[in-house]
Amino acid sequence: MLKRIFPHPLLSLLLLIVWTMLVNKVTLGNLLLGVIIGIALPIMTAAYWPERALIKSPLKVVSYIALVVWDIVVANVQVALIILFKPTSKINSQWVTVPLELTSPEAITVLAGTITMTPGTVTALLSADGGSLLVHCLHTDDPQGEIDGIKTRYEARLKEIFA
Amino acid sequence: MIVELLITAFLVIGGLFGIVGSYGLIKLTDAMQRLHGPTKSTTLGVGGVLIASMLYFGFVDHHVSFHELLITLFLFITAPITAHFMAQTYLRMHTKESELPPTGRRYGWSIYQDPPVVEEDE
Repeated sequence: MLKRIFPHPLLSLLLLIVWTMLVNKVTLGNLLLGVIIGIALPIMTAAYWPERALIKSPLKVVSYIALVVWDIVVANVQVALIILFKPTSKINSQWVTVPLELTSPEAITVLAGTITMTPGTVTALLSADGGSLLVHCLHTDDPQGEIDGIKTRYEARLKEIFA
Repeated sequence: MIVELLITAFLVIGGLFGIVGSYGLIKLTDAMQRLHGPTKSTTLGVGGVLIASMLYFGFVDHHVSFHELLITLFLFITAPITAHFMAQTYLRMHTKESELPPTGRRYGWSIYQDPPVVEEDE
């Protein structure tokens, strides 16, 4: 019964929080509307997530977000320095292939997004069987180091987060 | 006074990163390199302005504003996806599969090859 009203409790909670932030005022009426949206939307969209990802530990999610936000700040400074001070002819852009150990589509999506947001790398393609990512590095002299960095820093953490 | 200094500092930092990111579009030579500008530097550019805005509303206008956090959230979700779309379009129009490194798997990259057929489990 409870599962029919809340097929996706995390999504319901997220919708309630986003709605409250959107109206920018915490009143009883707004909260009630948020709850209604939080109940209605997951039921309406249930057909689009037949198998949803399980998140093992919410605490690790928080520490992962903190890590990524910090890395984004560092990435911004690095890319800005490359743009400003490196002569165009010295920028050594390369394609690298990152083999994946993650298998769930949600986890791969998060990893691809993280790679795009962080130090000098943009995710471009996924292989046809979903087993590796094609990543473009703005400037690197050590492609293997980039791959290892992505795997140990982000993928290992995501493997612990997604069941 | 301190708050005003902080707000100004964040605005200036945000503006600087915005300019650098846009300058990257002129300076870098190939389309894949240019993608790095808008996905990185601009994030901090917008971020700086948003922090300044939160500080302003919190300390000068005396009410807490959550809209900035939402903008950050939506930006973090949409920026990688737009970058991904642009990269895919660029690769499809200008690059042959032979110019890319191998996947290291039995199958090629997804825009050149169909996904393997998955047998339905009964």
